[in-house]
Amino acid sequence: MLLAHGEGGRLMRQLLRERIVPILGISAEEDAVSVEIGANELAITTDSFVVSPLFFPGGNIGSLAVYGTVNDLSVAGADPICITLSLIIEEGLPFELFDRVLKSIAEASQECQVSVVAGDTKVVPRGAADKLFITTTGVGRYRAAARLSCHKLQTGDALIVSGPIGQHGIAVLAAREKLNLHPAPHSDSANLSLVCSALHRELGTHLRAMRDATRGGVSAVLHEWSSASGMTMKLDEHQLPVGSTTRGVCELLGLDPLYVANEGTFVAAVEPSALPQAMAVLRSFPVSAKSQVIGTVLTKMSSPVVIERLLGSLQPVDEPSGAPLPRIC
Amino acid sequence: MCLGIPGRVQSWLDRDPLFARANIEFDGVACQCHMACVPEAKVGDYVIVHAGVAICLIDEMEARRIFAELERLDLLDERLESDGLA
Amino acid sequence: MKYVDEFRNPQLARRLIDQIRSTVSQPWVLMDVCGGQTHSLLRNGIEAALNDCIELVHGPGCPVCVTSTEAIDFAQALARRPGFMLASFGDMLRVPGSRASLLDVRAWHGQQNDDSTCDQVGHVQIVYSPLDAVELARQNPTTQIVFFGVGFETTVPSTALAILHAEKLGLTNFSVLASHVRVLPAMEALMLNPETRVQGFLAAGHVCTITGFEAYRCFAERFQVPVVVAGFEPLDLLQAILVAVEQLEHGLTTVSNCYARSVRMTGNTRALETVERVYEVADKSWRGFGVISGGGYQIRETYRSFDAEKRFGSYRDLPITAPDMCMGADVLSGRIKPPQCSFFGKQCTTDHPLGAPMVSSEGACAAYMRYQTRDSAASVS
Repeated sequence: MLLAHGEGGRLMRQLLRERIVPILGISAEEDAVSVEIGANELAITTDSFVVSPLFFPGGNIGSLAVYGTVNDLSVAGADPICITLSLIIEEGLPFELFDRVLKSIAEASQECQVSVVAGDTKVVPRGAADKLFITTTGVGRYRAAARLSCHKLQTGDALIVSGPIGQHGIAVLAAREKLNLHPAPHSDSANLSLVCSALHRELGTHLRAMRDATRGGVSAVLHEWSSASGMTMKLDEHQLPVGSTTRGVCELLGLDPLYVANEGTFVAAVEPSALPQAMAVLRSFPVSAKSQVIGTVLTKMSSPVVIERLLGSLQPVDEPSGAPLPRIC
Repeated sequence: MCLGIPGRVQSWLDRDPLFARANIEFDGVACQCHMACVPEAKVGDYVIVHAGVAICLIDEMEARRIFAELERLDLLDERLESDGLA
Repeated sequence: MKYVDEFRNPQLARRLIDQIRSTVSQPWVLMDVCGGQTHSLLRNGIEAALNDCIELVHGPGCPVCVTSTEAIDFAQALARRPGFMLASFGDMLRVPGSRASLLDVRAWHGQQNDDSTCDQVGHVQIVYSPLDAVELARQNPTTQIVFFGVGFETTVPSTALAILHAEKLGLTNFSVLASHVRVLPAMEALMLNPETRVQGFLAAGHVCTITGFEAYRCFAERFQVPVVVAGFEPLDLLQAILVAVEQLEHGLTTVSNCYARSVRMTGNTRALETVERVYEVADKSWRGFGVISGGGYQIRETYRSFDAEKRFGSYRDLPITAPDMCMGADVLSGRIKPPQCSFFGKQCTTDHPLGAPMVSSEGACAAYMRYQTRDSAASVS
């Protein structure tokens, strides 16, 4: 097993397709699934958080765990109700750090209006874990509006990204590798439930799908959507919102922001006639004030994701095959 | 192996000939780079940075030259067009 | 970003493309020497916009691609030694050695391997700069930090500086596995091959910031080819192509500098002095090419205590490895284009590379896999 098997790209999808899905007989296409309990239908999601360092500009493993879980429910069309929390702690973790993480979890869950309803704590010997790992399960209630699914994508749909891309991955990289950047890049880690809920309610069936662009970045989301819908996702390079700090770091380290992780940014596919309405909703929330139309859904071409660059030629966008490594060539 | 990125010298940190360092700004972000190969750089100058080391100064005049040449080509074209020769 | 954005102006790029098209009377074969240029040409659609009037072939300027298998194997062996840490640019991590990549070495617990030297997990640390590796050595006095020094003339000053820093700081736990290569001898080797089709060169801009371009005058004269120093942004490359085809059309074979904002004729003398202090020119084995006379650098005897090979045993002692299936040498010498290789996109992909040009971020094959417009026929409104 390589690190790349967990990094949201081609190898991870292969792992799912060839091992996890056939052995467990499950589907692995959406961030949350529906479970029927009696007459009720609930949305369930689960996630693990293993970020190093635990604290980084713009967030920490605690707030990240709450937002990440809430966001997975929100983009899947559900309003979050509650979460569970499982902590795996490496012996020697200072109580002071532990308390700070827990306080951050409390604050974030209050902000997202979810309650932590159950939890578990395990301590493992030094070296068996890296300081602190968090696993969550999130439960949500599906909104009355039409169900979202990447299978509903249609030719001509507009692709929107809710804010500048690549901020979280760059912030964590800079903190972990002690790159000494000024200003230190900030993670975009944020609660997306309010904006997702508003967009869904306002647009109804005109909103096809949403997905938060975490590991593997925007590129990974579009590849997953393409393989689920059988369509080609076309991007326009000039429309991609990239903050100047992210841009500077990406140029310096030879990284492409399309592949860098986000934790408070999502991609949405919208029926074209509803685009003005969608942009108005998105821009009314601070978290998505800088949202931008980045492309269109096209009928299937030989490449699942393409990008229009400088001279107007279309080029394939590769599926991420592991976390991007800083390079000098 | 040549990823070289232009950045602006923001401030000098160390003037030692061997350990020379300066803060260099790349778009919205600055980081410390080694300056032993371009000790003559002044604050506000642009340098190319490769693998954390500034490898040359950028010459502003030379950078403008290509645009002047392109402009000249365009003017030439317009003149040909207005003379009905294009 | 100043000096970047204005050199990506699409209107001016189209203007230059038109100018090139109206200048060309026959399909000249130009070689872009540096892999960074190859990527820019493909990524920005320049290759596609010009491929019906000139032929761009992609040269050997990818140090990751030409780093010998033995050097990679030796780096892996060092990474596995107890008490050692190999510091490397991120570029080298996915490049296959004779059996594995550094990324594998960092992950494997060795059960898959037959020989006992491989039962250690390798310690591999990615650094952005060789100077960061010196800092690692300072912070970890009980660990031997070996920096994997790959790269062309552009990168050599930074590893020379690292050795001088380590010397001044009195560090005894820092060394460099020097696998640096030189561009010009490879260009000469290429032109001495009777099969070569190259009629003009776009010289590697950032190499020339260090070396200058005086040395190219003899080269241009000797082989009767124009050499144009080129930058990496679309307008830089297009202007260089234009100047090269103008020369070819007029039968000229001179050296021009189209990257004058960064490149001076004599290069960066201070950087060259730093290199000269620490390194001397040596013959070097290039992956796929064999030994190229004067094709690289070795650390001078005065600095032998910073030479990982002299201190920890030479990789020349390692068993000879089987030859690559990879046809990388044909690609990097411009004899074939990546898609013409029979393995391209089939047995050899970016996930399962047979050779370095497919794995390196700068490699020509990876560039074609990544940017080739498979949909160019299906133009989209």
